[in-house]
Amino acid sequence: MAFIDYYKILGVSKTATEKTIKTAYRKLARKYHPDLNPDNKEAEIKFKEINEANEVLSDPENRKKYDKYGKDWKHGEEFEKAQYQRKQRSQHRSGQQGYSAHEYSDFFESMFGGRETSSRQGRYPKFKGQDYHAELHLGLKEVYKAHKQVLTVNNNNIRLTIPAGVENGQVIKIKGKGGQGLNGGPNGDLYIKFIIENHSQFKREGNNLYQNIDLDLYTSILGGEITVNTFNGKVKLKIKPETKNASKVKLKGKGFPIYKKEGKFGDLIITFHIKTPINLSEKEIELFKELQKIKAK
Amino acid sequence: MNEKNLISLQTLCTHYSIEISFVDALNKMGLIQIEIIEQNQFIHQDQISVLEKIIRLHNELNVNLEGIDVVLNLLEKERALRDELNSLKNKLRLYEND
Repeated sequence: MAFIDYYKILGVSKTATEKTIKTAYRKLARKYHPDLNPDNKEAEIKFKEINEANEVLSDPENRKKYDKYGKDWKHGEEFEKAQYQRKQRSQHRSGQQGYSAHEYSDFFESMFGGRETSSRQGRYPKFKGQDYHAELHLGLKEVYKAHKQVLTVNNNNIRLTIPAGVENGQVIKIKGKGGQGLNGGPNGDLYIKFIIENHSQFKREGNNLYQNIDLDLYTSILGGEITVNTFNGKVKLKIKPETKNASKVKLKGKGFPIYKKEGKFGDLIITFHIKTPINLSEKEIELFKELQKIKAK
Repeated sequence: MNEKNLISLQTLCTHYSIEISFVDALNKMGLIQIEIIEQNQFIHQDQISVLEKIIRLHNELNVNLEGIDVVLNLLEKERALRDELNSLKNKLRLYEND
């Protein structure tokens, strides 16, 4: 269990007055408050440290105890005695609302025990519980259609409907499924970040899908009909005569579903790559030469 | 707006231990919208999360209402920028894979 220098956390000297401590706490709280730093785990940890430091240093009794035994608290005979007495007291209160121990460091717990909310509730503000962050890895095919999934977060099963068209990196918030609130404050939220892995032949950009298709020289010159794969099946596609290399066609509505807009889809954009014929027969070479002569004229 | 999703202002103020005048002030500043139906005041449930955030900023950080307005606007801008960054990262990945 590492010693935590609460003065250092608040950036004040050991002789700082109550007012200085309060000002330092307010300043840091404004900087690291979870509402002002959404999705920032570092800020969240820092905010907890600041709160913990303030809990101790803003209470003259706790501060005195911390100053006295701080670094060498392990050797404080009196501290051990007080610790024992506190333990006895807290056992009597076991039926009352306790403090969420995981919100404080082991060091804090060892020094001051579980927080006695019943006697101090009025003096401390309500705090929202910790926000949880989770990542959910899904394949591109899985998010083509809306589907239900059960997630287990901190031993709680959460039924989740994942809407079609969720984007890679998109974060959704599930209210109240985070850590328990403090002093009767609201529960934290659960943030789920979707990591969409694409192993398909399509590239996705927003709601549009992109695909490269090889086209033989003859079809590109004379035109014709080919069959192309879309995300939900095959479609026939007419090729215009004299189709150029790298030209694109857009298949409207054959892209990816638009998030939370049922029945609406992006487009599929196909880029043609014209393949030059190889291993030509003598007859073919002859015909190409003939074509070359005609073109030269 | 569906009436089913409206919560009475009285209930809210009791639940969050706040003064009705505080929510009135938020309404005047345009931070929260109050619906009046048959002379009763309501707030739509979609606004609860914003209201909770405002209460926390006000109580825990002593930010005044003008400050909260600024903070919420900046947070909204930051969220939009993060979304844009995310979208651009996805686009960049598309070209990097080529």
